[in-house]
Amino acid sequence: MSFASVTIIMACLIIMGSVTLLSFNIDALIKNLEDRNEVVAFVDDAVTDEAEARALQPELEALDNIMSVEFISRDEAMENFMSKYDSSLREGIDPTVFRHRFVVHLNDIAQMAETKSAMEGVVGIAKVKAHLEYAKAFVTVRNIVSVVSLVLTIILVFVSIFIMSNTIKLTTFGRREEIAIMKMVGATNSFIRLPFVVEGLVLGLLGGSLAFLAEWGLYALITRRVMGTVSNSILSESFFTLIPFKTLALPVLVVFLGIGVFVGVFGGVNAIRNYLKV
Amino acid sequence: MINMFNVTEVYDSSGTVALDGIDLQIEEGEFVFLVGPSGSGKTTLMKLITGEVRATDGTVVVNDFDMTKIKRRKLPKMRRTLGVVFQDYRLIDNMTVYDNVAFAMRVVGAPNREIRKRVPYVLDLVGLKGCEKRLPNELSGGEQQRVAIARALVNSPRMLVADEPTGNLDPVRSLELMLLFEKINEMGTTVLVVTHEKELVNALAKRVVTIDNGHVISDEMGGYFGDDSE
Ligand SMILES: Nc1ncnc2c1ncn2[C@@H]1O[C@H](COP(=O)(O)OP(=O)(O)OP(=O)(O)O)[C@@H](O)[C@H]1O
Ligand SMILES: [Mg+2]
Repeated sequence: MSFASVTIIMACLIIMGSVTLLSFNIDALIKNLEDRNEVVAFVDDAVTDEAEARALQPELEALDNIMSVEFISRDEAMENFMSKYDSSLREGIDPTVFRHRFVVHLNDIAQMAETKSAMEGVVGIAKVKAHLEYAKAFVTVRNIVSVVSLVLTIILVFVSIFIMSNTIKLTTFGRREEIAIMKMVGATNSFIRLPFVVEGLVLGLLGGSLAFLAEWGLYALITRRVMGTVSNSILSESFFTLIPFKTLALPVLVVFLGIGVFVGVFGGVNAIRNYLKV
Repeated sequence: MINMFNVTEVYDSSGTVALDGIDLQIEEGEFVFLVGPSGSGKTTLMKLITGEVRATDGTVVVNDFDMTKIKRRKLPKMRRTLGVVFQDYRLIDNMTVYDNVAFAMRVVGAPNREIRKRVPYVLDLVGLKGCEKRLPNELSGGEQQRVAIARALVNSPRMLVADEPTGNLDPVRSLELMLLFEKINEMGTTVLVVTHEKELVNALAKRVVTIDNGHVISDEMGGYFGDDSE
C-alpha cells in the first residue's frame, strides 16, 4: 500500500497547502493595503500650541483598536502639501490654514466606524476623516478569501481520507484471508489493527514530510517568479510583498505532519474495518 | 461442550430458514459426526458455534459462553477455547509450516519460549515432523490439512470443530485424517466433524447427528443412518 498512499497524502497536502498559502498571501496583501487606509484626526483650531496638541496623543492611544498614532504638526502638513503640488498653488498659503493632526492606523478596520466615533469623542479633536466604504470592501474580500480556503481545506481532508481508505483497501485485500484466520484463532481487534495503525502512522509522517519539502520548493519557485514579474512592473515591491516561506515553515510542517498522520492512521484503520466484522 | 436449545437461523438476505428448532447437546470429551445432505444447515450450525453467525432465536452455549448474548469484544476470548478446521485449509501461502502454526500462538500473545516448545510438539503430533521449513504449496492436500489441524490445536482448545475437513482429499488420506481426529479426541479434546464420507463415519463408529432441512432427524451411536443423497 505504501507508494500509492504516500503519493496520495502528498498530492492532497500540496494542493491543500498551496491553497492555504495563497490565501495567506492574499490576506497579507489586503492587510498591507488596509494599513495604508489611515484615519486622520484633526486637532481643534483652538489648540494652536504644538505641545498642547501633542498632549492629545496618549489619549488617542488609550482608545480601543488603535495600532499606531503619529503626530503631524501644521508645519509638517504644509510641507507635505507643498511638495505634492506645484508653486502656482502655493501662493499665499500660510501654515495656519493647516491644522495639527494625528495619522492613526487601526488594528481591525472592520471596527473603523466605532473607533472613528470614539476618536471624535476626545476633547480637542475637531474632526476625524476615515474612508469607511473602503474599509467595508476590504473586510468583505478578506472574509471571502478565508471562507473559501477553509471550505476547500475541509473538502480536501475528506477527499484524501476517502482516496486513502480506498487505496489501502485495495492493497490490503490480499491480507483479508490472513485477518480472517487471525480472528478465527482468537486475535483481538486491537491486535489486528496495530500493524495497520503503525503503517498508517509511518506513511502519514513520510507523506507529510515529503509534501512539506515539495511545498517549500514550489513556494520558493513561485515566489521568485512572481517577485521577478512584479519588480519589472509598475507595482512597487514595498507594496506587493509575499510572505517568505521561513516564517510559515514551522506551522506548515506541523499541520502537514498532523494531517498526514491523521489521514494515514484513520485511512488504515478504516480500510480493514470490514474485515474485522467476522 | 455445546448446548443448543430450539435454535433457529434465518438468513436475512435470502429469507432462508437454515436451521429450524435445533436441540443438540455435546458433552466434554465426546467425538461427534454431523452429517446431512447439502444445504441442510451443517455449515450454518458450525458458524453458530464459531460466532460467525448469530442465532435468530433459541440458545447456543459453547464452552460456557452464551453465544446469543456474547459481546463482540468477548469473542476472541471465546475463540481461544476452540480450534477450527476448514475444508480449504486456509493456510497463509507465504509463511512456512512452522510459522503458520506459530502465528496462531503469536496472535494470542504467547511467549516465544513457549512457542518454540509447543509448535514442534504439535507438528509431531499431526505427523509433520521435519516439514517445518516448507511452504504450503510444497505440501500435499492431506499434509496441508494437517498443518491446519496443528494450528487449530496449538493453543490447546477445549474443542475442535471441522467443516468437511476431508472434502478435498482422497479416501486413504481421509481415513488417516479421521484417525488423527480420533487420536486428538482420545487425548481429551472434544471433536465435532462435519462430513459426507459415509464409509469413514461407519468405520469409526462414533456418535452421529444427522440434520436435514434444518432439523435434527437422528442422533445415534455407531453408524451413518441418515439419508445423505448428495
Ligand atoms: N450467507 C448466507 N446467506 C443466505 N443464505 C445462506 C447463507 N449461507 C447459507 N445459506 C443457505 O442456508 C441453507 C443452509 O446452508 P449451509 O451452508 O448451512 O448448508 P450445508 O449443510 O453446510 O451444505 P453443504 O453440505 O453443501 O456444505 C442453504 O439453503 C443455503 O443456501
Ligand atoms: Mg457446508
